[in-house]
Amino acid sequence: MQGMGAGRCKGGSAPAEKAVDVALRPAVSPAAGDAARSASSSAGPGTTWRKVLHVDMNCFYASVEQHRDPSIRGLPVAVVGDPAKRSGIVLAKSRAAKAYGVKTAEPIWQAKQKCPQLILVPPDYEAYKRYSRLARSIYYDYSDLVEPFGLDECWVDITGSLSLHGGSEMLVAQEISERIKSELGLTVSVGLSWNKVFAKFGSDTDSGDGIAHITPENYREVVWPQPAEELLWIGPATKRKLNAIGIVTIGDVARADPQLMRNLLGKMGLVVHSFANGLDDSPVKPLGLASYDTERAEIKSIGNGLTAPHDITDEASAKALIWLLSESVAQRLRSHGFRARTVAISIRSAADLGYCTRQCALPFPSCLTSEIAEAAFSLLEAEFCERELGVRALGVRATSLIPSSVPIQLDLFGAEGVQERRCKLEALDNAIDTLRARFGNKCVMRMVELSDESMADVDIERTNTVHPVGYFGG
Amino acid sequence: MRMAARGIVDRRKRYVGVTAHYDASGRVMPRSIEWDDGQVFEIDEVRDVRRAASLKTGGDGMRYTIRIKESITYLFFEDPRWFVEEKVVEMP
Repeated sequence: MQGMGAGRCKGGSAPAEKAVDVALRPAVSPAAGDAARSASSSAGPGTTWRKVLHVDMNCFYASVEQHRDPSIRGLPVAVVGDPAKRSGIVLAKSRAAKAYGVKTAEPIWQAKQKCPQLILVPPDYEAYKRYSRLARSIYYDYSDLVEPFGLDECWVDITGSLSLHGGSEMLVAQEISERIKSELGLTVSVGLSWNKVFAKFGSDTDSGDGIAHITPENYREVVWPQPAEELLWIGPATKRKLNAIGIVTIGDVARADPQLMRNLLGKMGLVVHSFANGLDDSPVKPLGLASYDTERAEIKSIGNGLTAPHDITDEASAKALIWLLSESVAQRLRSHGFRARTVAISIRSAADLGYCTRQCALPFPSCLTSEIAEAAFSLLEAEFCERELGVRALGVRATSLIPSSVPIQLDLFGAEGVQERRCKLEALDNAIDTLRARFGNKCVMRMVELSDESMADVDIERTNTVHPVGYFGG
Repeated sequence: MRMAARGIVDRRKRYVGVTAHYDASGRVMPRSIEWDDGQVFEIDEVRDVRRAASLKTGGDGMRYTIRIKESITYLFFEDPRWFVEEKVVEMP
């Protein structure tokens, strides 16, 4: 990338470090809280500045596979889903495969067209979780403030512990990079900055195995010339809106009138404007080594989706899939101690692969499988009331969560005995959960789930895997 | 370190039987390696212990740098199995 040279060095070489410590905002101790952070809006003499690393494991899934099998090192490799289950897409690709233009999420046949010698490997999530955990255990040697972002990325705030490790953040970044290479056989890109957004920008723009140092002195030259979509929180839709009014680079975002950004993107416009100016003082939220970021306390929604083994064209199969997904969602709601006020479904149409979501509010906050499934099924029925049923993939999601301990407002004018019945159903669901915890998910199954043989082997709750949560924890 | 010899064309991951000693603090020290043909190689010295990846054969774990008579080699503890980087020699 042009313009990155000044603050960048490759792992193993001497750091091209500059004595630059003039940040836009001073760092405060992690325990000091947001109030102290926002109060410290100007730099005074003797203040310290945050040192935040963002470590991104390069081509993570594919690199793990290549590390475990050296015979495929350096070759074009793609980790792919199972075509027999119609999830035959590229989940991750090696650097050599990327050079052929192979893209994540494209179908296998398309990837094979671009690269006929592409080596296909099935995913092994247990191995990826293991390497993720091992990498995080290395980061914990440098700081207790380690925040995972998916399996392959982490923020590490080394502000407080820097003096214990030689006092140079570049040397710490180099040491981490070298340890990951020698101990795990994988390479990482490290972004180093005074805030999380620019640290992530640094690691994202690195081509691999390098360290990008973004300082308050060089960020205008390094970050601002890059396309707006390189910045965290600017996706394809936001990019289109920005491009439409002539905002193309991150620098354009930074220099834009905040009111214009607000009018264009709502309150996120102001957030994006602040990010582009390096004004991000969100803390690195520590998470225990045994946990993943999807298991954080601030869960905003719980959902499951599945590409069906065959296109769903009849009501019975649709019902079976809805119940299968709802069972998993409700089970996880109960195990996390939540009730949902809203149920949403996502549909990928079989005819044109179009995608849409629909949602509805529940009359009472609920964690009952039957209520969630019925709400989800009525959403699906409403969607296909005027056209022929044809579904390729379906997702059920419970949102607007409240803790189970929060009292429910009863309906004063509703039918008698409704709440008593709901209490009994919840006790029944809890009893089934206990049985499943002891004897496996398949020890108790609903009749509706057995109506479609092709789904008999699907165990959704257990095949659920880890995906990054949003930057704001949503 | 005399790790390489003439005629070695490749290395492959070979799981082996190991007799090890666990001390009271849980530290593991390998004492001997058992090959699949029944041969037992006594480990004369453990020179280094560290977490490392095997770049030659793939895999990773606690790497023991061991000496067996005159030869120095690596023995990996890939919990719960042990492996060595077996030499694949060129056949005459």
